[in-house]
Amino acid sequence: MAFDRPSSALLRIGCGSGFSGDRLDAPGPVVEALVAAAGPAALMLEVLGERTLALAQRERLHRPEAGFEPALLDLLWPVLARCAAHGIPIVTNGGAANPRGAARAVLGLARELGLPDLRVGVVEGDDIRGTGALADLDPWEGDAGAVLEPDKVIAANVYLGAAPIAEALRRGAQVVVTGRCSDPALALGPMLAHFGWAEDDWDRLAAGTMAGHLLECGAQVTGGYFADPGVKDVPGDALGMATLGFPIAEIGAEGSVLITKPAGTGGRVDRQTVTEQLLYELHDPAAYLTPDVVLDITGVTAAEEAPDRVRLAGARGRPRPERLKATVSLPGGWLGEGEISYAGPNARARAELAGRTLLERLKLLGLEGQARLDLIGVVSVFDGDAGALREASGHSPADLRLRLAFASEGRAAAERAAREVLSLYCCGPAGGGGVRTRVTDRIRTLSFLVPRERLAPRVSLLSLEEAA
Amino acid sequence: MSAVLPQDPFRSVPLQDLSRSVPLQDLSRSVPLQDPSRSVPLHRLAHARAGDKGNRLNLSLIAHRAEDWPLLAREVTEARVLALFAHRGATAVRRYDLPALGAFNFVIEDVLQGGVNGALNLDGHGKSLSFLLLGMTVEVA
Repeated sequence: MAFDRPSSALLRIGCGSGFSGDRLDAPGPVVEALVAAAGPAALMLEVLGERTLALAQRERLHRPEAGFEPALLDLLWPVLARCAAHGIPIVTNGGAANPRGAARAVLGLARELGLPDLRVGVVEGDDIRGTGALADLDPWEGDAGAVLEPDKVIAANVYLGAAPIAEALRRGAQVVVTGRCSDPALALGPMLAHFGWAEDDWDRLAAGTMAGHLLECGAQVTGGYFADPGVKDVPGDALGMATLGFPIAEIGAEGSVLITKPAGTGGRVDRQTVTEQLLYELHDPAAYLTPDVVLDITGVTAAEEAPDRVRLAGARGRPRPERLKATVSLPGGWLGEGEISYAGPNARARAELAGRTLLERLKLLGLEGQARLDLIGVVSVFDGDAGALREASGHSPADLRLRLAFASEGRAAAERAAREVLSLYCCGPAGGGGVRTRVTDRIRTLSFLVPRERLAPRVSLLSLEEAA
Repeated sequence: MSAVLPQDPFRSVPLQDLSRSVPLQDLSRSVPLQDPSRSVPLHRLAHARAGDKGNRLNLSLIAHRAEDWPLLAREVTEARVLALFAHRGATAVRRYDLPALGAFNFVIEDVLQGGVNGALNLDGHGKSLSFLLLGMTVEVA
């Protein structure tokens, strides 16, 4: 089951985490299913959000050994020994701002688990802060007109592709830790190493990228983020939801793709769950841009072959883009928030008065920033900042919660605005209770396009011996 | 455990002007499947999922039954979706048709009020907005 020479045997790729807040016990059943299947397999763990990298970069400023996903070891410890024993490599972007630090931590865990020979691959080169790669970049079309101010940059990371991951696997890595890379690359990397697909085999790269896209959000393809009681039910009600099986893709050497999940787990895999995830976070379905290939899913069909087994066909690929997307994180000001509840007779009128009172206070104090009010229980998320839906609603629940959000450049104004919600205890309308306040240091992200030739992804292998 | 609330909500008096004509009933109501009415919420015919990239939102819309795809194509136009999200500052809507999947992909610009890193909204990702779309009323033939 080594990844050091090409094979045409079916490859299974399981996904044990779909985002940085995912269930920590999800990888276990996926690994058991991969072990039971007994063929070539890999496990991917996607844990890196858009903001995560900037937060990790800040963390690293205080503690140089930190800056990687804090939950990485929690995800790994239950499955690392089992994967190592069965030749199932683990590929994760949990390196965040410090892939090398993450690799050292994984080696520390390996020592504790009695795996002193574990080899960890490190992919670097996504971090372009302070390098020439940041100069004179064009903004991504969604951020047209954005101007990059290099001295304010907290984090700047390019989405790398699958090739460095494949190289680490070919060189014998049992765990591969990356920083920023495209999420589907976590799945495509093992496919490149296993099948030996050529870098310009666009249709196969497209099929593999589509499989990676279906896997990358974990349970979102197996019945998670899907249930709508009475309309789209997930079997087993809450117990089914509580034991969702995370996905496994079965990939053929010719680029066939089948999505399934471990036997005995909750959830469902069918045309509906697969189609929702296929279109998730997509823009033009004819041109899904990744570092490895431009994926066209307009001809894709999904067929239910058996219960919880869906086959996808028809992915088409075009040559990869010449410029790669980089996410640049900048200071984004401060957000102050406060909430207070009103219940019983005349609750809405008291809550509305509290809201108007807060706006008057912000004005009297001369705080500079942008305010928004929500009445949770009337309308909490659909509204615009101007509150048109709230104002139009005659709904008067007997239990609701007023929320103030206030964005400002500086910390002091955000803190003061949040404090004004607390002050409603003694100065607001009758019967307000349950105040919670929060002040958040915000990060703004912009995307730019970096010419491929400016980048130099690096792959290295660490073991306990070398790290000592 | 938490206090038990009365079954019958207390009477409460709204103070503000209710004359503005935003169709709030579109936002949350769902009609039972056996309803014979010609005008039904999209929720009865299709499902959806939202995704974000910066200040741009994508909403998939997937027919429960493949044969309803042409009806959805006729009813759920770019203009109607733009109007549905106008109160949030949406500036443009592009619809991509995926008949082989019985689906559509709507890409809505500037609807997230700054996106996850800039919005004042509780749901900066706009993840809940798939159900704002599903509250839209459509005419069944």
